[in-house]
Amino acid sequence: MVRRTMTKGGGEMTGRKPNPETCFQNAILKLQSYWSKQGCVILQPYDMEMGAGTFHWATTLRALGPKPWRAAYVQPSRRPKDGRYGENPNRLQHYYQFQVILKPSPADSQDLYLGSLKALGIDPMAHDIRFVEDDWESPTLGAWGLGWEVWLDGMEVSQYTYFQQVGGLECNPVSTELTYGLERLMMYVQGVENIFELDFNGHGMSYGDIYLQAEREYSEYNFENSDTALLLQHFKDAEQECGALLNGAQPLPLPAYDQCLKASHIFNLLDARGVISVTERQAYIGRVRTLAKACCEAWEATQRIPTGKA
Amino acid sequence: MSELLLELFSEEIPARMQARAAEDLQRLMTDKLHAAGLHFTLARTYVTPRRLTLVIEELPAAQPDVREERKGPRVGSPQAAIDGFLKSAGLKSVKECEERDTGKGVFYFATIDKKGQPTAEVLSPIVTECIQQMPWPKSMRFADLTQRWVRPLHHVLAVFDGAALAGAVPMGGNTTLAFTSRTRGHRFLSPVEINVVNSSDYLIKLKSAKVIPDPKERRTLIWAQCRDRALKEGLTVKQDEGLLDEVTGLVEWPVVLMGKIDQQFMTVPPEVLTTSMRTHQKYFALQDKNGKLAARFLVVANMDTADKGAQIIAGNERVLRARLSDAMFFWQQDQKVRLGERLPALNDIIFHARLGTLGQKVRRIEALARHLAGLIPGCNVDQAAQAARLAKADLPSGMVGEFPELQGIMGRYYAGIEGLAPEIADAIADHYRPLGPTDLCPSAPVSVAVALADKIDSLVGFFAIDEKPTGSKDPFALRRAALGAIRLILENGLRLKLRDVFGFAYSGFYDQGGFEQNQPKVVIAQLLEFFADRLKVALKEQGVRHDLIAAVFALGDEDDLVRLRARVKALQDLVESEAGANLLAAYRRASNIVRIEEKKDGATYDGAADPAKFSLPEEGKLFKALEQESQIALKRTANEEFVAAMGSLSNLRAPIDDFFDRVTVNDPDPALRANRLRLLSTIRATLNAVADFSRIEAKAEV
Repeated sequence: MVRRTMTKGGGEMTGRKPNPETCFQNAILKLQSYWSKQGCVILQPYDMEMGAGTFHWATTLRALGPKPWRAAYVQPSRRPKDGRYGENPNRLQHYYQFQVILKPSPADSQDLYLGSLKALGIDPMAHDIRFVEDDWESPTLGAWGLGWEVWLDGMEVSQYTYFQQVGGLECNPVSTELTYGLERLMMYVQGVENIFELDFNGHGMSYGDIYLQAEREYSEYNFENSDTALLLQHFKDAEQECGALLNGAQPLPLPAYDQCLKASHIFNLLDARGVISVTERQAYIGRVRTLAKACCEAWEATQRIPTGKA
Repeated sequence: MSELLLELFSEEIPARMQARAAEDLQRLMTDKLHAAGLHFTLARTYVTPRRLTLVIEELPAAQPDVREERKGPRVGSPQAAIDGFLKSAGLKSVKECEERDTGKGVFYFATIDKKGQPTAEVLSPIVTECIQQMPWPKSMRFADLTQRWVRPLHHVLAVFDGAALAGAVPMGGNTTLAFTSRTRGHRFLSPVEINVVNSSDYLIKLKSAKVIPDPKERRTLIWAQCRDRALKEGLTVKQDEGLLDEVTGLVEWPVVLMGKIDQQFMTVPPEVLTTSMRTHQKYFALQDKNGKLAARFLVVANMDTADKGAQIIAGNERVLRARLSDAMFFWQQDQKVRLGERLPALNDIIFHARLGTLGQKVRRIEALARHLAGLIPGCNVDQAAQAARLAKADLPSGMVGEFPELQGIMGRYYAGIEGLAPEIADAIADHYRPLGPTDLCPSAPVSVAVALADKIDSLVGFFAIDEKPTGSKDPFALRRAALGAIRLILENGLRLKLRDVFGFAYSGFYDQGGFEQNQPKVVIAQLLEFFADRLKVALKEQGVRHDLIAAVFALGDEDDLVRLRARVKALQDLVESEAGANLLAAYRRASNIVRIEEKKDGATYDGAADPAKFSLPEEGKLFKALEQESQIALKRTANEEFVAAMGSLSNLRAPIDDFFDRVTVNDPDPALRANRLRLLSTIRATLNAVADFSRIEAKAEV
């Protein structure tokens, strides 16, 4: 792995005054408060490692079946391959996504989304906000949808998707999924060009103060120190457990899905370690997708039972 | 005469789909209106990211009345048949029918008068059908509705003759979308509803609501703004039609703004800067008077702001800084690794599941380039081999990973930095070319060798695993590869025996296995035929007739494209001359007679005529001429004196004409007849030795 040495690394807030209004954590609070008003369940992050907010059961599983659902939550997202030892001003192996799921997709979802930007202090009349085609597909989840990336003055700040399929199953009704890349959005709001310089709490703590060491340590772990043999075994274990939980007399889709998430993250770790060849890669993705599909099918089956009886 | 205005208002339509959508909507509507007997003078369309608009001018107020005659059963048919006919024609009794003798019997005829419906009533279901049948390349469902659209469809403005059409589009379940006369302006600049009575009202009101519905107008406006803005700084905009089309589809109210590129990034190759700006940010690049990339960019915003775009520019500059610092990082890191050191990484990239890894492909290309270099005048064999070995080495680099379209270009930079010979560096960059019929074709020998090797390797490989292009499907761009190879050969005058070259390329796949069951001969023959087809396309623009290419190609011995072209051109000169046209007519006559008589007799008349059996002087003269001229023609052909060879053929005209004038082929004496038929078949054979004259079309278009 090439270590990036362009910037000072750092993490000090360069001369800018801490601002409790525009700080990172306040953005999360504002988004939570805004989406709470839209009738969303405000969830806490799921306590498992995952690559994106979409993997949270509140999105993947709840997008299936006929029942209406609105939720919003922060999800720490792990992409082991994206680590840069804390030396790249724009890339992290652990970052935050703010995730909103609206089911069925409301007719005014674009207005709702723009309202959330206003809640963050972004005035649409002073900026150039655009919806640029970007279709979404997750081969691991067997999921796809159509939508856009949202551009704010040329910066991609959100991913906007109308789910068509999840786990190989048709979504009916269709959900709107909104994903905010919080770091990028807040770098824009704060006018900062290095993630680690983000004002986190408005009282002197920067993003770097909190996460720089973790980025260094995890980059080292992800790229150099993870135990490949152990991970390969863990992958098999998770795969096996997932199958067992679904194939028992009483299928347990939620615990089974945890095992699917585990397998997915272990695959990402192996991938970052560079021990998976191109051909194997497809095979591993296929294996995770098989788990995801089975979980989704088992979950959807529980959704068909009329409420109260289950 | 009334106008229909239709606007389908949705969430943002992908830019690349807009033009096609407008055409499709117009076609659907036009077909349906004509089918309904509603004829009109003019249709026009507009399209923006949020609306797809169609105007139909001068529609009649109602469908024309139609009188239709229907033929029924024969008079005296069973009652059930007659009743069925009456029912279908809406008649009560046979008394309302006419009885008419058609010559094949007496039949009932019914005349049905159909009153034309008011257009407004006919339009409503037609609009709905157009929406339902709209062929989006990718469409989606939304909410709990079943009606698909490219993105959620919000309203259907349908105004006919000044008022909203009555009706609604069923969206699925119990939901409908009622036709309206209302729309909205720009999402931010003028989001209020507006009411519209006709298309000119629509255009005026939208413009004041900060929407320019006509994409042509937006495109022109964007380009004009770009040029003006550039001119103010003494710069010019880098022409980019594709980008201009794309940004036209991303805005309703274009506002061109200029931003600065940080000076620190100007050390990065200009291709990197422009690619990063173009693909990620959709910015136009600018050039100074010397054609050098300027440290400025143009962004086409969709907003007018109070600060004249100051925040928008600052934001875009910031985004670009982040992008370019990424690019700069790759540029600096990539230089630390020599191209040769990247070769092992190619073993991990699959070229095609059945054709092996890129590493394997590179080893094949290297061998092939080495082989070709020996056949290309002035080509340094070792340089060609080294260039081929390194041709794909930039693919695993960070920069090409980020910007795949910079493949080759980055390789040239990295090769230059390593101090490799410029011939090698250029070959790395140019071996993908020519990319199309208008792209520049490499002419430097080393570049030609590698470019040709890469293409031929792909062609032979994909043909060997039977992945040939079919119809409109050509997933591996083999037509382009073949055309590229043809251009490389013809434009550089390369004398290659393609059969041998294909055979050499084929042998490169042996070590990988999986091919043994295929006959190289079959693959090579198929590929040669494919080249002949491509050659017809390529030479058509030069006025070379495709039937003549087929005629020469059919000889089966010609796999040298340069020679093939010369032969075809000489042949074309001949057949387009008066003597040639005559000769062709004689050839047809001779071969027709022989064919018919051979069929009749169940015999063949191949083989030489016997001079002892000639009874008329014209026979002997023709025999002698054929003998002489065919020898001369073949000799000249062998010497590649094709024009002269054709000239000797045209000497045959007079003796053939004389023969047909004076000699009766079907003489009562069977021996004389057979001998004369042999003479005719010699005419056929003589001409066919130069080109397969049976493939030449009488009056082929040139």
